[in-house]
Amino acid sequence: MKWHVLRPLWVAIGLVGVILIARVFLVPDDFGVHGRNFTYGFHRLSNIQEWKDFPVKYQGRESCAECHEENLQMLNASTHATVECENCHGPSVNHPDDVEFLPLDTTRELCLRCHAFLEYPNSARAALLGVEDRRHKRRKVCIECHNPHDPKEDTR
Amino acid sequence: MSCSRRDFLKDAVGGTLASVMPLSAFVFLSTAEAQAAVAESKTRWAFLVDTNKCVGCGLCVDACKNENEIPYDAEVTRTWVERYVITKDGKTHIDSPMGGRDGYTTMDIDGEEIDPDDIDKAFFVPKLCNQCDNPACVQVCPVGATYQTNDGVVLVDRDWCIGCGYCIMACPYGVRFFHPVHKVADKCNFCYHRISKGMEPACVECCSFGARRIANLKDPEDPVTKIITTERVAVLKDEYGTKPHVFYLGLDENVR
Amino acid sequence: MSEDIIVHGIEWTVKELFVYPNEYIYWSIQIVMYPYMTGLVAGAFVLSSLYHVFGQKQLKEIAQFSLVFSLALLPVAALPLLLHLQQPTRAMEPLLTPHFTSAIAAFGIVFTAYALIVLSEIWFVYRKYFVEQVHALKGQPGLSNAMTRMVYRVLTIGAYDVGDDAIRVDKKAATVLAAIGIPVACFLHGYAGFIFGSVKANALWMSPLMPVIFIMSAVVSGIALCMLTYIVIREWQAFRSRRKGGVLEASEIKGAETHVIDTAARYLLGFLVAAISLEMLDLIFRGYTAMKSWDILRSVMYGKDFMNIFVLQYTLGNLVPFLLLLLPGRTLKRTVLALLLVLFGVFMMRWNVVIGGQAFSLSFSGYMHYEIPIIPHSVETFKEGLFGALTVVSVPFVLFWIINKFVPSLEREASAD
Repeated sequence: MKWHVLRPLWVAIGLVGVILIARVFLVPDDFGVHGRNFTYGFHRLSNIQEWKDFPVKYQGRESCAECHEENLQMLNASTHATVECENCHGPSVNHPDDVEFLPLDTTRELCLRCHAFLEYPNSARAALLGVEDRRHKRRKVCIECHNPHDPKEDTR
Repeated sequence: MSCSRRDFLKDAVGGTLASVMPLSAFVFLSTAEAQAAVAESKTRWAFLVDTNKCVGCGLCVDACKNENEIPYDAEVTRTWVERYVITKDGKTHIDSPMGGRDGYTTMDIDGEEIDPDDIDKAFFVPKLCNQCDNPACVQVCPVGATYQTNDGVVLVDRDWCIGCGYCIMACPYGVRFFHPVHKVADKCNFCYHRISKGMEPACVECCSFGARRIANLKDPEDPVTKIITTERVAVLKDEYGTKPHVFYLGLDENVR
Repeated sequence: MSEDIIVHGIEWTVKELFVYPNEYIYWSIQIVMYPYMTGLVAGAFVLSSLYHVFGQKQLKEIAQFSLVFSLALLPVAALPLLLHLQQPTRAMEPLLTPHFTSAIAAFGIVFTAYALIVLSEIWFVYRKYFVEQVHALKGQPGLSNAMTRMVYRVLTIGAYDVGDDAIRVDKKAATVLAAIGIPVACFLHGYAGFIFGSVKANALWMSPLMPVIFIMSAVVSGIALCMLTYIVIREWQAFRSRRKGGVLEASEIKGAETHVIDTAARYLLGFLVAAISLEMLDLIFRGYTAMKSWDILRSVMYGKDFMNIFVLQYTLGNLVPFLLLLLPGRTLKRTVLALLLVLFGVFMMRWNVVIGGQAFSLSFSGYMHYEIPIIPHSVETFKEGLFGALTVVSVPFVLFWIINKFVPSLEREASAD
């Protein structure tokens, strides 16, 4: 038997061995099948907690109520009751701990999102009161006349 | 002395088999984790979109970008809102500028002005990752960087993704993209960091019209689950067998 | 922190009508190059095996050369992927945590297995030569001689027995490997076809025929490239020896052998017919069944891509070389032209599948136009641009030149048989 024929095979096995050893060092210990099956559950387990720890930005109106109850009461009684504080005031993140004043968006573009009238039949959009941007007080900003916490109030 | 062909083949096959055994170490499974994983989860997240209520304000897209740190001006987004205008000549006009991030404030579509009298119907359709039950994107990931949690959400491991893009090509709904900064695959994950804390996804929170709602399908008392199970809902592209879990009220036949 | 915000694909994608916001041409020129290069690998190997396994004696010369060329092409087949990955430093992961439900995960295993087979086969064929070189360089002065001798010593892997029995065993082993290698080479490229064919989300790619079409056209391109390179090298050697003048044996200055070309061309034509038949079958089926995607597919194939598909690929790349090779009175020049057109045609096939599959939106209501970056102005536009592709194309020839210094695939006496 000419044993030299097997030498390439030993080289191949050696290479596979190197890969398996490398695997011990390079692949995280918690990598494996977690969950339903190999198809949908093959992953690094600790990644799930990493995603859960992702920082939250929008805190919701309940957290605004803690300090800004008056504004919220006015809002809740108005036609803008369903509009979120953070839609216009931006995400509060750690306010007031990290930033005292949230950057407030006072541009026309913000209000036009809902109140640029679009004549779409049978659409919830057409049910919203609105203006045609080109024709309505082009040089002004909406809040100069309209109170966003109580849109029916005329602030002129 | 020459070796016989039989001996040679026998040794070759034996050697190959011997080397294959340790290859079984490729699939790693710890018993404790396996048990925990197979244990039934009490949650299966699902989403309900009501296109009858969506007004196309785009605040959901805006909120998603802020909440999930997707670069604001990059032309990729985890969720978007499409506008459909079907005119009387039978044409369907569709657009989604920047995914609807800035809302829709004009009747023009693609530079074409559309006369309201020509319109048969027009509506807005929010879209996001369907967190499918048979996610094609997870099936094709070559390295196990994307996967499905026990509660049905499909996540991407940013530290393991090699950026091959196979998952992006495999998704029939086009919800995946390469994150412009992290340079790995990314997509909506129902704000997993929020729903795991009992909060709602940012887009659900910021929708003033109730067009977006999150549900736990395994909770029969969940009001949104009740709608999904008792009212007539539809899903997108069910012909692909992905079993999507974003349900639509008022889904029109023109929706792509 | 630098504003390193690049939306991948936005530079070379032009959208038309309605396309989903996240859709871009993500798989661009490097993903066209990848199946093209692996196809050349598989084809070159099959050509070599036609001699080793099926005893096509007329192919002996080209077989030795194509085996080594197949090795030179192998690392280059992985290069487009390295250039394409958004995280190339993690390129080893398909070998470390292969998710076998993905066709791409098969890549690590198949590629490694195939590389080992090709390397082993070359070893068996040239082992005697390595041993002879070790003996010949013994005691020769000079550092370069010592280093070369060291390389040959490593290449022998310590197997110095070159008796008749040992050589006979070498030949048998080479034949066995060549036989095993054929299905592995087919698998290497078949799975590349499976990568595309199994993507149900893509209306153009989804087809059970895709793996077979890819294999057929891969073999076509491999044979064509080997024939072409063989002709070029042989003719160059003949030209050089004629210019030098002096006393040379008649066999040295023959140039490309006619019988070699004839036999190889016959196989080329066979696989060419198979490849085009399958593609026609796929197209006819799609048109006949007219599924939801047919409207947009038709507008892409018969409209925007008509030139790419019907003129460049089917006519210039298939029909014309078919006629050039079949019509009587075939000259060497005509053969070379036909081979170049075949190589071009197979490239267009890859292009039309990869880019064509992304020419329409998932919405079936819009189009995406691919504008390949020509002059690179960033790492991305180099990697996924024209110059990245040209780099991939030129590296195998450089590698072949280097490998050939130690494994003389063009000298008749060097190989074991």
